[in-house]
Amino acid sequence: MSMNNTPHADHEVDSFTGVSTTGHTWDGIKELNNPLPRWWLWTFYICIVWAIGYCFAYPSIPLINGATTGFLGWHSRSAVVQSLTDLQKTRGALMETLASTPLDQIEQKPELLAFARAAGAAAFANNCAPCHGAGGQGSPGYPNLNANRWLWGGTLDDIYQTILHGARSGDPKGHQGSMPDFGKAGILTQPQIEQVANYVRSLSGLKTEAGADLGAGAKIFADNCSPCHGKDAKGNIKIGSANLTTKIWLYGSALKTIEAGVTNGHGGVMPYWGGRLDNTTIKALAVFVHTLGGGQ
Amino acid sequence: MTLPNANGHPVLETGGDDDVIEGPLYAPGKRLFPQAAHGRFRNIKWLILVITLGIYYGLPFLRWNRGPGEPSQAVLVDLAHRRFYFFFIEIWPQELYYVAGLLILAALILFLMNAVAGRVWCGYLCPQTVWTDLFYAVERLVEGDARRQHQRQAEGWTFNNILHTGYKHALWLAIAWWTGGAWVLYFADAPTLVHELATFQAPMVAWSSIAVLTVLTYLLAGFMREQVCIYMCPWPRIQAALTDEDALNVTYRYDRGEPRMSLKTGLAARDHGQSAGDCIDCNQCVAVCPTGVDIRHGSQLGCVQCGLCIDACDTVMDKIHRPQGLIAYDNENNIKRRLTGQPAIYRIVRPRTILYTIVIVLIGSVMLTRLVTRPTDGITIAHDRNPLYVTNADGTVRNAYTVQVVNEQDKARLLNFSVRGLAGAQVQVIGVEGSGPTFPIKVDSDDTRDLRVIVTGPLTTPKHASIKVTFSVTDPLRKTTMSATDNFKTP
Repeated sequence: MSMNNTPHADHEVDSFTGVSTTGHTWDGIKELNNPLPRWWLWTFYICIVWAIGYCFAYPSIPLINGATTGFLGWHSRSAVVQSLTDLQKTRGALMETLASTPLDQIEQKPELLAFARAAGAAAFANNCAPCHGAGGQGSPGYPNLNANRWLWGGTLDDIYQTILHGARSGDPKGHQGSMPDFGKAGILTQPQIEQVANYVRSLSGLKTEAGADLGAGAKIFADNCSPCHGKDAKGNIKIGSANLTTKIWLYGSALKTIEAGVTNGHGGVMPYWGGRLDNTTIKALAVFVHTLGGGQ
Repeated sequence: MTLPNANGHPVLETGGDDDVIEGPLYAPGKRLFPQAAHGRFRNIKWLILVITLGIYYGLPFLRWNRGPGEPSQAVLVDLAHRRFYFFFIEIWPQELYYVAGLLILAALILFLMNAVAGRVWCGYLCPQTVWTDLFYAVERLVEGDARRQHQRQAEGWTFNNILHTGYKHALWLAIAWWTGGAWVLYFADAPTLVHELATFQAPMVAWSSIAVLTVLTYLLAGFMREQVCIYMCPWPRIQAALTDEDALNVTYRYDRGEPRMSLKTGLAARDHGQSAGDCIDCNQCVAVCPTGVDIRHGSQLGCVQCGLCIDACDTVMDKIHRPQGLIAYDNENNIKRRLTGQPAIYRIVRPRTILYTIVIVLIGSVMLTRLVTRPTDGITIAHDRNPLYVTNADGTVRNAYTVQVVNEQDKARLLNFSVRGLAGAQVQVIGVEGSGPTFPIKVDSDDTRDLRVIVTGPLTTPKHASIKVTFSVTDPLRKTTMSATDNFKTP
């Protein structure tokens, strides 16, 4: 490579610029052989030296069982652990206060409430949003956490327990009990299911089918449903049976949806988070959900 | 059109030999040895240098009492807490438009300066000029004046020259270090940071900032100098487009100077009744120029209009007993007027300068009024976007909002928060006892407080509606109210 403007002896010199050509021509256009700027060339050499040093210092060359480790001992996993540790350090004081403050006192302290809500919002986005939605708005089968009807109770402690142990989660301390499949099990016939579904709709003032026998529906309800949902159909948070007299419908209020529920039953799973998330995070989550608006 | 050249190859016709670009497109930097000048403008420049550098190095140490818990530094950019303090002014991040306004003011003042007296900014006030001037002063102090410096260059690396050059660079680096050091003092409590720097306890970001700024000062003021003005700075290009024939610029009055000739020839010519200019071609104006231009070629991009050639020329004029002011703040118009025997006119007050002044005063007073009367509390509303509304068990509809209450005062305040606009609404503020209609909200001094506010409309609230609701905070002591509106949405 030529580092100056001295023309190559064996190449034609461009008469206009006085620079030798490389010998390449495209449709009569000749390429001049201008040297690279010196600063550029040196930067390039320095980069090569840097790259060689880098290969020895950091994990770089792929081998059969992983890459070379590099003499600095740097590892992406340990870097993550380090930054997580640093993060805990910066949050330190407030995190400790949150851990040591009893659950029912957090909301009385503005600074701690703000911190718990922020921590809870982050944990919610990571763990809860896939089912309950980004704002806790829920979707059919997944409760809206902003609403003020709670299957398993809406006090701060109820919410905390539900997050900790889940529902039908396999955790022995979790909430148990599910809606049986009256149709599939042959307990109720299709006409009976239609009657009871119409009756259930009438409880919250929804329109019923023309000619529906609500009296028969009420009888079927009293015989089959009231043991769990209660005589007044207002549900029971101890066994997670829904209050059927409200405007809130977990699976939807359409007649067909209710009939399908009675036929096939329900048993949605809320996972347990105890052991997966630390207790402070679960406290923050409970505060966050409780302060979404529906908390009791 | 193309013409064959001597070798028979076609070349572009360029309109003459002078236009052919030969050699590289940029000229390698040549070290200048400007001679020291003495006189009026040099003194003004020394004065400005002392004042501006004094402000720069000293200002961080100026104290300003803002009360307990507040920084006591007069000028402080507190990045960690997102505050900018300037004496009695405290700017929050949402008030950054004051800084934008300040930049607009600065640009307009630059235009006004240019309309009155050309590149006064470049010649006297620009940091590049001030620090380069300081570095030149150090260079002359250590290595001697221009003549001695030329000698040293011719001598090569003698022991004495190595010693002096080393001494010069050490002084330069010390100044550069102090310049970078002063910069970081604007971002933290200055006495504390100085102590931390002295005991090597300062944070890494302070050290690296100082290092970068030290290197930049050393390179820009010690080596790049006039190249910054000629090749890097956009202002000469803009200034050339903004100037007009009435603006005063450092001008060689060729009506008086030409035809230039040596002192003796000039005297002889005058004796013979021939015309002779006052310029004796002594080249002093070029010798003192810090950018190495010849002012006698007229206004040019390389000229920063520092006025040093005026000083040099006036000194020479005194010596040869001719009137001062062969080079002076003047303009092309006046030269032409004098050539035709008319008196020179100086139109400082003219539509352009009047307009700039009006706009500057206008923007300045608007900003000042706003700054003085700006509210010290504020309220902003963010409606929950997901979900927009929630249906309650009883069929009522609930909307949730995040309300941010700002207290810019230096003391904690108890403000009354209320929501209006939705008849029969129930309001709940998370973490605050009570059910309204007003909620006492304590906001710490110089702080913001986020409130989660839940508004429940009665069953009678219309469906598919978007109802305007007003959120306000009232200071019961000062009887001031700040309000913001948002919507209550129903399914």
